[in-house]
Amino acid sequence: MMGTMNFLQAINLALKEEMHRDEKVFILGEDVGRRGGVFLATEGLYEEFGDRVLDTPLTESAIAGVGIGAAMYGMRPVAEMQFADFMLPAVNQIVSEAAKIRYRSNNDFHVPMTIRAPYGGGVHGALYHSQSLEAMFNSIPGLKVVIPSSPYDAKGLLKAAIRDEDPVLFFEHKRAYRLLKGDVPEEDYVIPIGKANVVREGDDVTVITYGLCTHYAQQAAAALEKEDISTHVLDLRTVYPMDREAIVEAAKKTGKVLLVTDDNKEGSVLSEVAAIIAEECLFDLDSPIQRLAAPDVPAMPYASPLEKYYMVTKDKVESAIRDLAQF
Amino acid sequence: MAKEILMPQLGESVTEGTIDRWLVKPGDTVKKYDPLAEVTTDKVNAEVPSSYSGTVKELVVEENVTVAVGDLIAYIDSNDDDRSDKGAESSQTEEQQGQKEELSDAESSMKTRYSPAVLMLANEHNIDLKQVKGTGRANRITKKDVEQFVANKPVSNAEPEQAIENETKPSVQSSPPETSVTAGEKVPVTGVRKAIAQNMVKSVQEIPHAWTMVEVDVTNLVRYRNEVKDAWKEKEGYTLTYMPFFMEAVTQSLQSFPQLNSSWENDHIVYKKDINLSVAIAHDEALYVPVIHGADELSLKGLAKNLQQLSQKTKSKRLESRDMQNGTFTINNTGSFGSVQSVPIINRPQAAILSVESIVKRPVVKDDDSIAIRSMVNLCLSIDHRVLDGLIAGRFLQDVKSRLEGFSKKDLS
Repeated sequence: MMGTMNFLQAINLALKEEMHRDEKVFILGEDVGRRGGVFLATEGLYEEFGDRVLDTPLTESAIAGVGIGAAMYGMRPVAEMQFADFMLPAVNQIVSEAAKIRYRSNNDFHVPMTIRAPYGGGVHGALYHSQSLEAMFNSIPGLKVVIPSSPYDAKGLLKAAIRDEDPVLFFEHKRAYRLLKGDVPEEDYVIPIGKANVVREGDDVTVITYGLCTHYAQQAAAALEKEDISTHVLDLRTVYPMDREAIVEAAKKTGKVLLVTDDNKEGSVLSEVAAIIAEECLFDLDSPIQRLAAPDVPAMPYASPLEKYYMVTKDKVESAIRDLAQF
Repeated sequence: MAKEILMPQLGESVTEGTIDRWLVKPGDTVKKYDPLAEVTTDKVNAEVPSSYSGTVKELVVEENVTVAVGDLIAYIDSNDDDRSDKGAESSQTEEQQGQKEELSDAESSMKTRYSPAVLMLANEHNIDLKQVKGTGRANRITKKDVEQFVANKPVSNAEPEQAIENETKPSVQSSPPETSVTAGEKVPVTGVRKAIAQNMVKSVQEIPHAWTMVEVDVTNLVRYRNEVKDAWKEKEGYTLTYMPFFMEAVTQSLQSFPQLNSSWENDHIVYKKDINLSVAIAHDEALYVPVIHGADELSLKGLAKNLQQLSQKTKSKRLESRDMQNGTFTINNTGSFGSVQSVPIINRPQAAILSVESIVKRPVVKDDDSIAIRSMVNLCLSIDHRVLDGLIAGRFLQDVKSRLEGFSKKDLS
């Protein structure tokens, strides 16, 4: 069976199926219960699973902390941070505890916890509701950071995250929630964490990206086909740890690499991708590695024209690919 | 002094042209606006006029070579005055003796700046980069330029060209051209032909094809169509062909066998929800495969109408990219050119393709051992063996067959 659904529905379906599959799976977060979450990702789950869906106080450090404790005792918590921006008070729990307990306890304890969080701009969220925080967690061994780019991937990757034996941060682009639609099988499938995915084959320019930008890259690549520019698109799927092999293979394919993120440019996860390429395949490069990202300003503007200027769009990706193709 | 003749822009979206024939040779005297060469592009055939009066000095591009708009194609020695810098003139002419392209500083600046990929390839294939023409920004030599240069290099008997095949490129040209046979006309491979070639190679390389065929008795269908075709033509304004009937049967069978309406996606198989029938339509020298979207929601008449429209669009070259996208299964009317059996290549990333062969009258032994003249047709099916096996393919064909053989008159309104 297969149904067309949006990104949000795919998340909801994955949660529901996992709760049916394993009674150790439970959800905790702000307004996730009767309210169904601010974006309605957990809609209907409280009605179906009752107190396996816990409303918490507005204390992100506690959401993470409770999750970590429960996970160490064998439960499989799925914590929701209402916005990625609000994760900052929980960073100590996530980085110093969740990510390190397996190492610290010499494998006596581990934390099979998933933390879901909506990230990214483009929905007039302004300062406190638009940030991309993945780079902050991209140098924390012990943690995995997963960012899906389609409804199909969202379901398969979320299931993999919930079944993972260690903590996984699962970032969902909030503009993708209702924008992206696609076929999602109603049966059980899992997409492996740590593997990137070639979403389009091409031989002029390689685009390496993740999350919602994958969608823009695919749109741009389709438009450029008319100009005889053939674009190779690699979706990282997991941004930490990175699939080095797939990155190198994609870069070698064309020798011209464009990296796209909607995070701020400096120090983004793309910088690591660029470093991998520089380390592994300098002699296969035919152009300087290019980055397309948000400007290095402190926050997402609220004003529409400024927000639009700040965001990565299909048109920006398209002209960046064209520029590289002509180099 | 020598003036440059560039490939002109022949139409808004035209980016390159092929020199069909030179109308002049070096040494000829030409007047301004005299035709120099005949050029073919995707859109028009035209003559390239001379921009100057003078003597043809050199033809830079050979016949049947395709070059980009703005590329240098010839030099003309001319005294037409466009820059009255007499002093520089004589020294410039001297310089040009040895060098074909004399470019401005800005343009030449990238010509000898080689990327690591270019240097590595040049090294690997022993190429003098001075001989390679750069198509990148400011004439930079790109990785692709070198790859192309290697591919076009005459095959030396010492060194097979295997090395240039990197694993991602289809090995179309792994066997060297037969030099013992006198070469006929060389036809440049352009746009659509190139795309077809790439898709076909990719499909054959990637997909393990399996093939099977059934023969179907379509006597009832033929009779019925003959009965209604005149009235149809009068009412609808176009001819009712057999294709819509086959499409209807195939669509219904696909609903029972979704395995054939699927695609292989590396680590999983996707069963498609919609049935979008790709229909192969040949036109001139190219093959187009426009798509009838949502075929499962269309009546026979709807299918006929959609097919008619797509066929019209193909003929008038008005197909848009959305007409070509998201096909889930291909049906190919090979019978239209008299074929009775074919082995179709799957239209990637679909999982199967069906060809409908010619309907021919044949003596057939019936169940009661009597012999009858029946209208028979072969249906040939290629499948992606990764996705499905012969059993399902066979059942699917049997299902299509029984629908067609059991055909009875229907309401066509």
